[in-house]
This record gives sequence, structure tokens and C-alpha cells, in this order.
Amino acid sequence: MIAVINSGVANISSVVFALNRLGFEATVTRDIKTIVSADKVILPGVGAAAVTMKNLHEFGLIPVIQQLTQPVLGVCLGMQLLFESSSEGDVDCLGIIPGKITKMTGDDLIIPHMGWNTLNFVHASPFENQYVYYVHSFYAEVSEYTVATTTYGKPFTAIVKKDNFQGMQFHPERSGDVGEKLLMNFISPPL
Amino acid sequence: MLAKRIIPCLDVKDNVVVKGVQFRNHQVMGDIVELAQRYSNEGADELVFYDITASSESRNVAYEWVEKVARVINIPFCVAGGIRNIDTARKILEKGADKISINSPALENPDLINQLVETFGSQCIVIGIDSHYEHNDYHVYQYTGSEKTIQSAKRLTKDWVIEVQKRGAGEIVLNCMNQDGMRQGYDIKQLTSLRPFIHIPLIASGGAGQMQHFLDVFQIAKVDGALAASVFHKQEIEIENLKSFLKQNNIIIRT
Repeated sequence: MIAVINSGVANISSVVFALNRLGFEATVTRDIKTIVSADKVILPGVGAAAVTMKNLHEFGLIPVIQQLTQPVLGVCLGMQLLFESSSEGDVDCLGIIPGKITKMTGDDLIIPHMGWNTLNFVHASPFENQYVYYVHSFYAEVSEYTVATTTYGKPFTAIVKKDNFQGMQFHPERSGDVGEKLLMNFISPPL
Repeated sequence: MLAKRIIPCLDVKDNVVVKGVQFRNHQVMGDIVELAQRYSNEGADELVFYDITASSESRNVAYEWVEKVARVINIPFCVAGGIRNIDTARKILEKGADKISINSPALENPDLINQLVETFGSQCIVIGIDSHYEHNDYHVYQYTGSEKTIQSAKRLTKDWVIEVQKRGAGEIVLNCMNQDGMRQGYDIKQLTSLRPFIHIPLIASGGAGQMQHFLDVFQIAKVDGALAASVFHKQEIEIENLKSFLKQNNIIIRT
């Protein structure tokens, strides 16, 4: 069973619909037992970091997510929350992956970074230079946990992985066939 | 590199896709879900659905189709029309739309922009602007869904684009009314003159008739996306051909 954590923000259904298109059922939930017993957990999210962290705190989900041992995927804001802190609302995040989330800046840089941009992988990948869909104004610096980068003004972390936790800054559920393949790889990793 | 976006716009009226010339004489163009799926398969980067009757007739859109679209397509889409409060916006976003766009209601109550941004975040709040050239300047119009209701919003377009950004809007779709439905090209002059004041994504709308028009608006006006309706609905321009044409001309395009 795939659990999609209901963090109280909108736009969760598009993640569920993408999973359905791939032939998987997903349960949207904030029930601790359901999340802990799931085979895979997805933490989606759009909106503001501070509001979502406050929701996760109120639902008692912060220690629950931190202690998950099955594969976990954070999408967009859900990826950012895996890091230590975010300057969006100056808030502490889940602290699972080292690093801080900061606002994109740059001369003549149109913000939010919105639209399709390419992936560049640290190690060879069939998804090299493939386009995925982004909508965000905050980003994670490139670090030792970065799997792939995208360049907008400068390179930032597009895909991150540490132990059983993965994050995607783009929206795989809205990134065409490429996004669906990346989601599929999370659910059934190629051998 | 961030790609320029090609965005088919589907004007929706009574749950079917329609298109008129300069907001008049609407013809039925096809089924919403079928057209959405077709464009998604053909390589559209994003879709916009405008319920063109919603604002002017002060009624809520029947949003049932939003979920149907969200289930079948794997590219982002935006819903516009009749969104005048947080609850309606939430309903549409929960059904799976990626963004909502507001036009006349933002002019009636500009604080609505701030409320939407605070609730859902800038990234999903798009402001649609209908802009008309007259008296030597660009002026905002509202209730443009019908000839009977259309009226000047008594604001200069330049002032309004600055204000909506201050209020947190995440993107602007600028519909240049003098060009809309005329197929003589985008309003390069207007878009170029406003671009320096717009630091969020800017989408050009109104006037596309040929592939060259898309190239011009990306090269000259530096917009982030180009929206068009009838040239795609009538299959006068195939999205795939358009994208390879733009790519050959060194525009960054997702193919």
C-alpha cells in the first residue's frame, strides 16, 4: 500500500491520480498507523513551508515521518521539508537530510521558477537532459546527497536521496511520461 | 535551461470547448477531456481552461470536469473563470488543478489576490488580464465573456501588472484584446513595453495565427509562454511541428 500523507494543503489529488494511472492505489491519510505500515510513503505539498510544518506538528506526524524505514518520497515542498530548515517563514523542517532551503535570487531571474527544465545526473542516467515540470521559489543547494541537478541561474538540487528518503523538487505527477517513469522507479526500483 | 511553454487555451462554455472572434460568436470546438488528452499527447506544455461565461453571468462554473481532466493528463493545467473566493479556489485545486487564474474578481476585490496567495501560495495564483489599446495607452477591461457586460476597469494595464505582483501573484496571462482572434500575431509592442515591469512568468495571449508569430513573441517580447486556441483546435498548427520549428530557430523547447 502507498500512503500519501495528507498535510492539509491542496493539490494532493494530482499525485494520487498519477499513481492511479500507473496502476497503483494510494491512500491519502494522516493516520499514524496507516503511514507506518505502508510499503511506500509519499509526502506531497505545495504552498508554504511554515504552514505545512505547523500542520504536520499538529497531526503529530513529525517524529513519525522522521522514523520511517520504508522508501519515502518528498515531492516539491515535501522534498524541501526533508531538509533541516527553510528560510520560507524561517522554520525548522524534518531534519532528515542535511542542508537548508533558501529563496532563489539572481539578477533578471524570473521567480517563481515555473515550467519545464532539464535534469542533469551526478551518475549516468537514462533520464539525463529530460524535461520535468517545476513550480517553486525556494531551493536546496547541491550537496553530497544530490542525485540530479537542474540549472536556473545556478544549479540546484532536483533529486535528493539519503538512506530510504528521496526527494524531487519538480512535480513528477505533472512531468509527462518522464515524471511517470520516475514515479514508477520510486515504487518499483529497477534491479 | 528553462523551456518556453506552448499553452493551448480551451475556452469552456456549458462544459464544451468553444472559440469566438474577439469574444463574440462562440462556436463549439469539442469535448473538454478529449481535447485535453489530445493536446497533452501532442506535446503541449500546459493547458489553460477559461470558463468564459462565469464572471459575467455571476454564476459558478460546473467544475466536475476538472477532476476528469486531472485524472487523464500528466501535464499541468490552470482553471480560470468564476473564482471569486477561497472556497471555490480550494474546490478546484483539490480536484487536481495545478493553478487557478482570476481576472474580473481580482479587479472587483484586489485583496482576493492576497488571500489566495496566503492560503495556497504564489505558485498557483495566476492573474489574467484583458488589455485594450485606446487613447494612446493600454487599459484593463473586465467582464469580457460577453458583449453585453464588457466594460473598462478604469485602470492602466501597467499599473495593474505592478499591483498584482505586489499582492503576490505567481504568473500573469496578458490577453491583448485588439489582437484576440485576429490571427495577425501577438501584440509584440504591448508585451515588449510591459515585460520590464513583470518579474514573474508572463504568458502572451491573443493573436496567434502562424508559427512565425510564436517565434516572434519569444524572441522579441521575451515572454515565458505563448497561449493560443483556435489555431490548435482547428489543427491549423500542429504542436509537434510548431515545437520543431521553434527549436530549429534556437528557442529552448521541450521536445
